[in-house]
Amino acid sequence: MSTLTETAPISTTAGTHDSQPARRSLLRDTGIVMFRELRPVLRDPFSLIFGMIQPLVFLGLFGPWLVGSLGDQAGDAFGGSVWQWFVPAILVMTALFGTSTTGANLLFEFQTGAHERMMVTPLSRPSLLIGRSLKEMVPLAGQAVIIVAVMIPFGFQLYPVGALAGLVMLAVFGVGLGSLSYALAIAVRKQEWMFWAVQQTLIFPLMILSGMLLPLETGPAWMQAVAKFNPLAYVVDAERALFNGELASSTVAWGWLAALATAAIGLAVGIRAMLRSAD
Amino acid sequence: MIRTRSLTKDFVVSRSSTVHAVRGISLEIDAGELVAVLGPNGAGKTTTMRMLTTLIAPTSGTATVAGHDVVAEPAQVRRQIGYVGQGNGAGHTQRVRDELYSQGVIYGLDRRAARQRAGELIEALELTELTGRKVADLSGGQRRRLDVAMGLVHAPPLLVLDEPSTGLDPQNRANLWQHILRMRAEYEMTIVLTTHYLDEADSMAERVVVVDHGEVIADDTPEVLKAKLAGDRIVVTAADTEGARRLARLSEHLPEARDIVLDGARVEARVSDGPGSLPELMREAQDAGVRVTTAQVHRPTLDDVFLNLTGRSLRETEGNGENTDGENSDGANTDTQEAAA
Repeated sequence: MSTLTETAPISTTAGTHDSQPARRSLLRDTGIVMFRELRPVLRDPFSLIFGMIQPLVFLGLFGPWLVGSLGDQAGDAFGGSVWQWFVPAILVMTALFGTSTTGANLLFEFQTGAHERMMVTPLSRPSLLIGRSLKEMVPLAGQAVIIVAVMIPFGFQLYPVGALAGLVMLAVFGVGLGSLSYALAIAVRKQEWMFWAVQQTLIFPLMILSGMLLPLETGPAWMQAVAKFNPLAYVVDAERALFNGELASSTVAWGWLAALATAAIGLAVGIRAMLRSAD
Repeated sequence: MIRTRSLTKDFVVSRSSTVHAVRGISLEIDAGELVAVLGPNGAGKTTTMRMLTTLIAPTSGTATVAGHDVVAEPAQVRRQIGYVGQGNGAGHTQRVRDELYSQGVIYGLDRRAARQRAGELIEALELTELTGRKVADLSGGQRRRLDVAMGLVHAPPLLVLDEPSTGLDPQNRANLWQHILRMRAEYEMTIVLTTHYLDEADSMAERVVVVDHGEVIADDTPEVLKAKLAGDRIVVTAADTEGARRLARLSEHLPEARDIVLDGARVEARVSDGPGSLPELMREAQDAGVRVTTAQVHRPTLDDVFLNLTGRSLRETEGNGENTDGENSDGANTDTQEAAA
């Protein structure tokens, strides 16, 4: 260790003692949290590349199988190209898994003490949730671009405005789901295994009852009835409509409603949990 | 800088049991002080720090930190304080420089200032070789230095350190303290820290607040605490038991002599000023013709202070200096327990 006198004197670029506090805005704070979360991802390009390719693998394996297994029904159920039906669903699925597992990161930061440090900073509390959830959307946007680029030669038709609106809707839904995931992480922080138990128990019924992977029309009537109460089902339908270039329809409107409701409930629950997370 | 009035915190564990982690702490800490809060695990140190840093709300009582009430104006308090918790403030997946930069931006610096500030602190805390490393790959001492750097990003008037050196080896502890003291001189910071290292409180702090069972049981400079609450111990042996008896009688006249124990040829006594009393006793012994064979002064430690105050030794509760037993002083707060482990 060098002696103390050798180290440079500290000028105070951070002379913030008495200067009037920087105005806090939710937008700025959310951006800070999001970029902080993104940095380790960007610094580790390999995990990023694998993450980008994953949905493509799923699409390539499951897509043809789907067409084969549905046989003659396929045309009716998809109302045209299977890819037009399946590509938006894969994006929803990626968002679903990305945001619903994001609470695990928070659990880790609970253990290490990083969460506690963030709670002592003047960051606005909602930004801690929204920023983290939105972070999951950045790789998703990249994945969407890759999937679309790869699928266009196979007959996938791109409606840019609809696709963009679809991604925004997914982001809104994802903020809600991500917040719920954080609330779950906070609730079970004293028994961490509970997080995965609950997350896995909920995610699969939610996914299957949304018509994401197989058309609900081919399922039993009770399933279709239950799906009426699944917000994710509305989002999936709306995403398909949007990716088909349908910008304003009742399907899309229901999707927005479901996404916004999920976001509102998720944030309300999440922020409450966050405020009590230090207890 | 800090003013608390009858601050309390209860943790409801279950319907039938409530832990009173803090039972009415009133404390005044002025700007520029360096105060150590000392106490065994479960004493309420960490809970108190968590209330002062707005992490948890008090059950009753008030606390003002840097001129703002912790309940009414938590945002203002947060801007004024730097906090180094028991765990690692830096995220384990983050790079050293990135995390310092983020912290700067969080406290309102613009990008350029945040980058510059990160660079300054990296240099000041000797993290230069580590800037591109992941926090998870740092050693315990390096991580602790980074935590301190993060607490200093906004040059806060008050720095709160919760067991800053627990788990570090003596060399790293000394190194960390060098940095902390230098930063303090540089910024004129007020520093409040919790510790269960007796020697640390003794040598570093200018004021020691002893906490036990959620209450302040003593509060003064280490020197005064030791003199008042423990006192020096002098131990002399005479050539024979008769001499020892006479020595014991003579020692009764020493200033504030008490607890005189005669054991064969050996005499032990507590006095207020050992180094001053012993020569005096020697002179009197010579005048009285008593032959003294050995003479010693034992200076008290803060452990003696704690022992005198509570009847328990702090060392017994210290947990062998390892920080895996959940330093979290509150018993009820498993978060920090996990963070510490």
